[in-house]
Amino acid sequence: MNQLDATFAALADPTRRAILARLIQGDASVMELAEPFAMSQPSISKHLKVLENAGLISRGRDAQRRPCRLEAKPLAEANDWLERYRKIWEGNFTRLDALLGALKAEKTPGGSEQ
Amino acid sequence: MSTTSLPGSTVATLTVTTPSDREVQITRVFDAPRPMVFDCWTIPELLKGWLHGPDGWRLAVCEIDLRVGGATRYVWQHRDGQVMGMSGAYREIVRPSRLVATELFDEDWTGGETVGTVVFTEQTGKTLLTQTVLYASQAARDGALGTGMTGGMAESYAQLDAHLASLQAAARGAA
Repeated sequence: MNQLDATFAALADPTRRAILARLIQGDASVMELAEPFAMSQPSISKHLKVLENAGLISRGRDAQRRPCRLEAKPLAEANDWLERYRKIWEGNFTRLDALLGALKAEKTPGGSEQ
Repeated sequence: MSTTSLPGSTVATLTVTTPSDREVQITRVFDAPRPMVFDCWTIPELLKGWLHGPDGWRLAVCEIDLRVGGATRYVWQHRDGQVMGMSGAYREIVRPSRLVATELFDEDWTGGETVGTVVFTEQTGKTLLTQTVLYASQAARDGALGTGMTGGMAESYAQLDAHLASLQAAARGAA
């Protein structure tokens, strides 16, 4: 599985998305992450493993706490996939808006009527 | 975390989705009547006014034989001299509501011919445009978008915007 596949697979689960949303606010331990969920720490740890393997989070070295940290790059890359397409068409359509505006003005004698 | 590339920064009226493994679909509303928008997609002089693609490129050549089976030829040119050509043929032409055409780039980076369907829907004086591109295979579609992904992830792609929007909302809530 390549990086982008791994990112999308990791994002396909609501608990993992919630964990990522929590980590946007700052680093957190497994215990802190487990708190809002009706889930055992081992279940949360499993989700964290998936996120870590996908490169979406990293774990600190502190043996006791091992705080989780959000890694922004893979998320941004996944988003880029759709964004690249969107950007090209946004540019095209912004120009088309202007062209349509000009065509409408041409159709209206004087061009100033609304 | 940087949020500069997240969807909140984009124009709200343009949506990009992947309705199936082989398709990419975009929708957009234009503040103009349908025949006018339709003409902008089929008259070379008008197409040359907007269909330039990524920054630095412009549509230099546009030839259209607007009848079923009629050929199309588009050539884009980059300001550094690079050119990119695309040929195709019309399959359906229903002014002002529908266009279907095949398309194939000279340097076939889309993994075979694609079929583009453009539907123009009347919306009280405005026009809702729905453009769907059907690729030869999922690998072709994913490759065309520059990543070479594999696996049945269409649903995830379609949901990605929602995921990221919720992440952003969470980030804003925390600020």
